[in-house]
Amino acid sequence: MTLPFFSKVKRGENEPHGKMRIFVPKDAAAVACGADAVAAAIARSAAQTGAPVEIVRNGSRGLLWLEPLVELEMGGIRYGFGPIEADAVASLLNTGLLRGDLKALSVHPKWLGVVNKIDYFARQTRLTFARCGLTDPLSLESYRALGGYKGLEKALSLSPAGIVDAVAKSGLRGRGGAGFPTGIKWQTVHDTSAAQKYIVCNADEGDSGTFADRMLMEGDPFLLIEGMTIAGLAVGATKGFIYIRSEYPHAIAALKAAISIARKSGLLGADVAGSKRAFDLEVRTGAGAYVCGEETALLDSLEGKRGMVRAKPPLPAHKGLFGRPTVINNVLSLAAVPFILAEGAKTYLDYGMGRSRGTMPIQLAGNIKRGGLFETAFGICLGELVEDIGGGTASGRPVKAVQVGGPLGAYFPRSHFDTPFDYEAFAKRDGLIGHAGVVVFDDTADMAKQARFAFEFCAVESCGKCTPCRIGSTRGAETVDKIMAGDASEANLALVTDLCNTMKFGSLCALGGFTPYPVLSALTHFPEDFRRTPRLQAAE
Amino acid sequence: MAPQTEKTARAIAAEFGNRPDALIEILHKLQGEIGYVPEATVPALADALNVSRAEVHGVVTFYHAFRHKPAGRHVLKMCRAEACQAMGCEALVERAESRLGVSCGGTSADGRVTLEPIYCLGLCATAPSAMLDGRVVGRLTPAKLDALLKEAGT
Repeated sequence: MTLPFFSKVKRGENEPHGKMRIFVPKDAAAVACGADAVAAAIARSAAQTGAPVEIVRNGSRGLLWLEPLVELEMGGIRYGFGPIEADAVASLLNTGLLRGDLKALSVHPKWLGVVNKIDYFARQTRLTFARCGLTDPLSLESYRALGGYKGLEKALSLSPAGIVDAVAKSGLRGRGGAGFPTGIKWQTVHDTSAAQKYIVCNADEGDSGTFADRMLMEGDPFLLIEGMTIAGLAVGATKGFIYIRSEYPHAIAALKAAISIARKSGLLGADVAGSKRAFDLEVRTGAGAYVCGEETALLDSLEGKRGMVRAKPPLPAHKGLFGRPTVINNVLSLAAVPFILAEGAKTYLDYGMGRSRGTMPIQLAGNIKRGGLFETAFGICLGELVEDIGGGTASGRPVKAVQVGGPLGAYFPRSHFDTPFDYEAFAKRDGLIGHAGVVVFDDTADMAKQARFAFEFCAVESCGKCTPCRIGSTRGAETVDKIMAGDASEANLALVTDLCNTMKFGSLCALGGFTPYPVLSALTHFPEDFRRTPRLQAAE
Repeated sequence: MAPQTEKTARAIAAEFGNRPDALIEILHKLQGEIGYVPEATVPALADALNVSRAEVHGVVTFYHAFRHKPAGRHVLKMCRAEACQAMGCEALVERAESRLGVSCGGTSADGRVTLEPIYCLGLCATAPSAMLDGRVVGRLTPAKLDALLKEAGT
């Protein structure tokens, strides 16, 4: 039986529009590069000339080095121009943007041609980010026209166990960094009986070099809402929380607005899509504590407390938020679910390699020529990502190191560029994928400084509950200082290694436990950076 | 002045139904209204939420986002995480520090600008980045930074 809600969908967003449309993203990265001024200038010009165009503020398509990416849609085809910062918009308007003069526009220096055919875009496999950047993120109509809520429709036709089964069979693993099988997590909460259960979305994307959560929440917020609703149906939770870091004001605003639209449209609340099943969502704002990205610290923070890491067991799946069974997943894990339900677990499973199934939205950042979001099946080589797709460094200098997985990820040298993007392959080389942020450094980087920063960051962000993390990080920073001052004695290097071992095996969570990754990888792969000349030479 | 901030704190707590789990939201709103979280509001919030003063104090001091004293008229947050480091943010932070005559975390002597570090804004492919009073700025250059500082009135 089809619920009336699902029979009303108007498909065909991709069909040619009679009207010309111009897209200027409102994604924070585009806005940071002047998109608001660009959109305003185009709107002003359109009003003056009376040109029959519709200006759409879309999400980002993820080609961030081209932001602000202005797109002109004619006859259902989208032509791109970028980057169009505020100073470039006048020339674009003068060339005939509002007249749709393709002949003149195609020789404009910022002309990119058909956006879908740009190599960077065409080479991707966009499952989770299939819609991101195509439409106004807050248009529920566009979301549904492009296949949105098909996953929920399917989920409502299944039993809770059937939904859990689909997620388990898809091979989806936690995209937050730990890579724990999502299906097992859901199964545990499903099997635990309680009067109240919760779905918590971890949107505390604190890793430098990562922005996929932000982009998705700003560019396709209904996808996350749909994924969380499906999770609620699967495990019997009626309430969900999205914990978004305070550094993401645009994402917070987008999700709050989308939740309110979904509620008004009957997609959240006491009767989800006419199914008589209840699910509702609330956005909570973080407060600048990196450790709250750790799931148990996040739960404490959601309860209004200091973000202190909890010892496990009990697992959040048994005793999570307010002591109730809780599914806690990253944004990208939850956002992968609608596709899995709509297209089938097997379709998702067929992408990837080994035990890493499906696609990963990889984020290319830092000193890179073509930074952006690149969603692709697991298995792609690190070197292909950095040099071929990313185009090497922005500075034009040789790549020295690549940090994958945020501040707790290892620094890989070029000799590791053959590592395939796969949880196990990275682990085998003492690295991690984490949330799939790739930060590129050129040959001016000082790896001893980076190692020191890792310790210092851990010291500042440590919740303080366990000694290895709280004390180890401080002592680590002090010891690296000694080495950097020229005291590279074997004893100090041995001490750093020893501290790292204590932190790795003795810390309560990944903050203390993974800080050794950047430190030890810097030491192992770039030992020359730790051999300093003593600052104070003895007087001759 | 103190009774007024206490009153504001109690009113905001009431908006959130005096729910202890909403403490962080309450503190965000309080800071949004008065610019920081005054010490004097801690007992009032503890009373309103029926938790101990130590618990409220613990939360206020745990999170980097909460300020314990008023900020300058403008707040410039500069990202200093790895992706921005790879694009030379440290030199820009030094430039801002010398222009403002403060070290990162401080407020200029004329009270116009507070310079703060941030980790991170999630604008890592358009680094280095910064945020002036809630407005994000990417691909920061010395010239763009100078324009921001000028805008903030230095």
